[in-house]
Amino acid sequence: MHGRPRKAPKPEDEAASTAKAQKLRALQTQFFSFHHSKIYTKETVELSAKLLEINPESYTAWNYRKLAVEHYLSQPDCNPDTAKSVLDDELRVVESALRQNFKSYGAWHHRKWVLSKGHSSIDHELRLLDKFQKADFRNFHAWNYRRFVAELMNRSEKDELKYTEDMIYTNFSNYSAWHNRSVLLSALLEKKAEGFLSKENVLPEEYDFIHQAIFTDPDDQSGWFYHLWLLDQTVTTDHPLLVSTWPAHGSDVLLVEDRCQNSSSFSPFTTLLSDSGSFPIVLYFNQPVEGVSSSTVVMECRFNKNEDLLWEPLSVSNLQTAQVWVAHLKFPTSELDSSVKISVGYTKEIISTRGSLYSHPSTFSFKVHVQPVERDSSQVSVAENILWREENFKVYRAQSEESIPIASFDHLSIRNDHESTASNWQTEALAKEVECFRELLSLMDCKIGKLTLARLLMAYDAMSFPFANKLVHSEEVLELYNDLMKLDPTHHRYYKDEHSLVLLQKMTSSKESLLQHCFQYKDSVSSAIGKPICLRLNNLSLSRIRAFERLLWVQILDLSHNELESIEGLEAMQLLSRLSLGNNKLRSLTALEPLRKLKSLRVLDISYNQIGDHSIDTTRYLCSSPLSHSVGSELNNDESVINNVALINYWEAFYMFKDLNLNRLDIVGNTIADEKFKSVLVRIMPSLKRLDGELLD
Amino acid sequence: MDDIPPYPPIDPTTFDLIVIGTGLPESIIAAAASTASKSVLHLDPNPFYGSHFSSLPLADLPSFLSTHSTSPSSPRPHSSEDSNEFSVLDLSTRPLYSSIDISCFSPDLLDQNSRKFNLDVAGPRVFFCADKSIELILNTGANQYMEFKSIDATFVGDNKGNLLNVPDSRAAIFKDKSMGLKEKNQLMRFFKLVQGHLAGELDVKISDEDLQSPFVDFLNKMGLPPKIKSFILYAIAMADYDQEDTGVCRDLLKTKDGIDQLALYNASIGRFQNASGALLYPIYGQGELSQAFCRRAAVKGCIYVLRMPVTALLVDKDSGCYKGVRLASGQDIFSQKLILDPTFKVTLPSGSSPPPPLQAKLPFFSQKDDRGKIARGICITATSLKPDMSNFLVVYPPRSLFPEQATSIRLLQIASNLAVCPPGMFVLYISALCDGDDQGKKLIHAVMNTLLTVPPINSESNAAVQSETTESGCAVQDETAESSSTGPSDPGEGKPTLLWSALYNQDLTLGQVDFICSTPMPDGKLNNDYLIDVAVKLFKKIYPEDEFFPQTSSENPEDDGDGDVSPET
Repeated sequence: MHGRPRKAPKPEDEAASTAKAQKLRALQTQFFSFHHSKIYTKETVELSAKLLEINPESYTAWNYRKLAVEHYLSQPDCNPDTAKSVLDDELRVVESALRQNFKSYGAWHHRKWVLSKGHSSIDHELRLLDKFQKADFRNFHAWNYRRFVAELMNRSEKDELKYTEDMIYTNFSNYSAWHNRSVLLSALLEKKAEGFLSKENVLPEEYDFIHQAIFTDPDDQSGWFYHLWLLDQTVTTDHPLLVSTWPAHGSDVLLVEDRCQNSSSFSPFTTLLSDSGSFPIVLYFNQPVEGVSSSTVVMECRFNKNEDLLWEPLSVSNLQTAQVWVAHLKFPTSELDSSVKISVGYTKEIISTRGSLYSHPSTFSFKVHVQPVERDSSQVSVAENILWREENFKVYRAQSEESIPIASFDHLSIRNDHESTASNWQTEALAKEVECFRELLSLMDCKIGKLTLARLLMAYDAMSFPFANKLVHSEEVLELYNDLMKLDPTHHRYYKDEHSLVLLQKMTSSKESLLQHCFQYKDSVSSAIGKPICLRLNNLSLSRIRAFERLLWVQILDLSHNELESIEGLEAMQLLSRLSLGNNKLRSLTALEPLRKLKSLRVLDISYNQIGDHSIDTTRYLCSSPLSHSVGSELNNDESVINNVALINYWEAFYMFKDLNLNRLDIVGNTIADEKFKSVLVRIMPSLKRLDGELLD
Repeated sequence: MDDIPPYPPIDPTTFDLIVIGTGLPESIIAAAASTASKSVLHLDPNPFYGSHFSSLPLADLPSFLSTHSTSPSSPRPHSSEDSNEFSVLDLSTRPLYSSIDISCFSPDLLDQNSRKFNLDVAGPRVFFCADKSIELILNTGANQYMEFKSIDATFVGDNKGNLLNVPDSRAAIFKDKSMGLKEKNQLMRFFKLVQGHLAGELDVKISDEDLQSPFVDFLNKMGLPPKIKSFILYAIAMADYDQEDTGVCRDLLKTKDGIDQLALYNASIGRFQNASGALLYPIYGQGELSQAFCRRAAVKGCIYVLRMPVTALLVDKDSGCYKGVRLASGQDIFSQKLILDPTFKVTLPSGSSPPPPLQAKLPFFSQKDDRGKIARGICITATSLKPDMSNFLVVYPPRSLFPEQATSIRLLQIASNLAVCPPGMFVLYISALCDGDDQGKKLIHAVMNTLLTVPPINSESNAAVQSETTESGCAVQDETAESSSTGPSDPGEGKPTLLWSALYNQDLTLGQVDFICSTPMPDGKLNNDYLIDVAVKLFKKIYPEDEFFPQTSSENPEDDGDGDVSPET
């Protein structure tokens, strides 16, 4: 029961519980001996009932009873009547166990099991539930069981929805009731039941409903959860959409094989330096999808065959689901200029994790120009040499007619055509919510109100973004998060993360703001034109990063002097060849996992982080362990390569760097980076030419 | 009173205490004194329990009211004969009710059912689940003689006949359809402030300065809009007078008292598991309460004699001290103490001047109470004011019906499931404080005209109209009919039709603690807390050494009583 203070046990209570434990132990010993010898007589089953009455959590006893029931039911003289009476006995035992502890998992589960045998009357179940839900109206076990019973008796979702309403009217501080409401509404909407044809009709009423709770008692959190669910229902589109690609639609891409001089007039934004003779095509969806392949995505060009194109999900887990997919095209060798056309959703097999079909086929095309290779061995590549020093960069001034990736992204207009009709009611709903929460905040200072307003404003901006073309409210949202960090220090880190993400979205939202962060490497020997741009997002106290869909073009990225603990999502930036993560708060090598997907990465700076500071890596559970997983077997196979080193101690380093083709790594300033570790790194990465600035042999 | 049957003599003839009248305060005192092992004789001239707190059959109510509306007939000559030891002071009743209007529009229907009605003389009256009456009922075990049901809701009415739900709890605020989001937020925050204050949370403590200031000023300071202010003042704190017009307000609620009222209301909600709201009503009517205490007293040895008028007081000739009473049967009974119901007054022995010691005490008997009046109305209908609800309270805050309305008018609808009327009928109790008969009538009529269809009074119809004070009633009735016709004026459409009504004004005499202790008349409040306070005070006055209902067991009476007092389901 909620709201009851804990009391320290009195001596007599303790004595009583000792006596109880003794009795229980005796019972248990007896019970186990019966269980092990598979004795299912009336007496032994009765004993298990006694045990369960004292301790409903004794899962073994429940299982024993299940076996006993199966035993009875399989007897030759078993008829429907005896079966029913056996099962009714079970229901009685469960009921008395629940009276002892109405939150016993084992008991509720056993009841489900008995009922699914199909011999018992279900009508009694709702009455029983009413009793339990009255005793504790948010007992989630009872609610869970209620869903089971409702389904079993084919009770209509509308009736159940009405029930949640009644419970909410009794006391709206009820997570379980609100949750059940969201479950039922989802089901009704999916079925398109009468009166629940579209979200457009249902959600506004739900918003009205939840407002009553939120305004009546803004301190009650259960309502906020439901509001969050509604917001999610409002902003998420059912169908996956393609939001961004590289190369962008209509762009001219200059492909330059690395180590070559060039004096092209192409924009540095679309000049790709590559040393692998291939370039990536990146598809960025609005949600994780599966089924991207050469049959669902068709590429037409003269220098590669569609069937040769291998689409890979960019996901740190090994699932075949990802928000970003990549394929690599070989540089054309015969033709210097050629065009590529890509149709996404050619056949209808791309589906979201929620099971919705990608149903808006879109096509984008771009032109590629290849710079003829002029080898000059004396020239040292910029890629190896970049020094992340302030004085080495100068602000990039774009040529007036130059195509900036942001601009071309706007032209992409992948989503406009099919989103405009749908988003009317959504924008309206969000605008209404924004107004509503401004009113709430005018009445009182309220943390969750501020947070919700911030979320609403961002959702509103995102919704109207393709048309308004800027984040109108980002300043206000940043201010709200700043406020929240002060008001609610307990959740400082969460607000900080949100603040970072909004800041990034704001910086990448327009050409003007993005250009302020575009720099050119001064030291470049060759002419500035044609040399890639460095995006510098340093010194912004970012704790998280996002907005990758607008940064797919970036080849040089400076994220140094921030507060990053994670670089989740960075794997989307497939063109990255030089990256600085120096002076951040990365705490482990496994935090660098997204880098494993960056095949073009040559220069990496992770100096002055906290790698190795913490003996226990709290993120490790996200990463496969050397003992249980493929990494371990790889270790064994490669043992001959790296003998003499107890590699098992460095499996993380091995796992992280083995597949990276780095030329230069800076790792100084991390606890982990002692001499021994560095020597391991050198062995793991034969391609490495410089480690912490020092030229290797 | 001449047809009094022959009385058997009462034995013994000497008691510790004689209590005359079986109204609520008298019954409580009789029960308390019996519990304190006093010998008590409890008399009532009526053939029923409860006197002015009783619940009567339809046919008996008019005669009861009119009996107490006239000045007594000439004193009986025989009673004033002084004996050797005593001066005999004749007791007579004083008129307590005035301006009685009984109208019947459906005589047949009501005649058949007269005995099925239990009409409260002192209505509207309810219990708060956590008020002193309920505590007393639980403490004394009187709950074993009573059953309760929950009042479904409280509404605030307006002059257009609308009834607005009073959002009196978190759940009610959430559910309310008439308040805006902003108002919901403000009201709930105010409730939380009060709860925090009551719980002693330091950061929400209401300052002493605020506590001593008028409650209405505090509500203004909290920025509450007029509608919510009105809900809190009149439908939750149950203020009687217009709190925003100091000219007419005789009882300006202090913040402290307002908060206490809110605390009572809040503690009442959810106190009993099967009581949905804050208010309770006893099955068979409020008369049950007095009767329950009488039963409690009888169990402890109190002797009851009904139909026994008392004709005179016996006082010591020399000292002027009270000695006993002379009954209508002619028997003299003696006691140490006497509790008198407020109906009685003493007439001086004719011709002879009272002995000097008595003379000094006479002002008590001649003293005229000028505490104003309370206008009451009882209406019977065959349809509920709210189609989906049976038992509920409606409050009309000051100025809500007409500009000169200076006091709250309260209306309580009780249905047959509380056994106060035959199935399919509803009893409406209405009351408001007033200064005079005209004003009182106007207040009651204003509510009736807003909510009910009053059939035309046609001399040829069966409508039997008895009017004691014809100079006021009808004229005022017309006036208010006009003033209230500003609302949506399709009379009859959807409004319940009046079948029967009784309108009367009652004097508000207060209890006296003096030469003789007398109890107060039913007051103008919604519950009985004031009357219980007076009963306790009177008891302490006559028995300062004794405890008022001492706890008999160590059990927590609340835990013990929960099951018993909680309403029927």
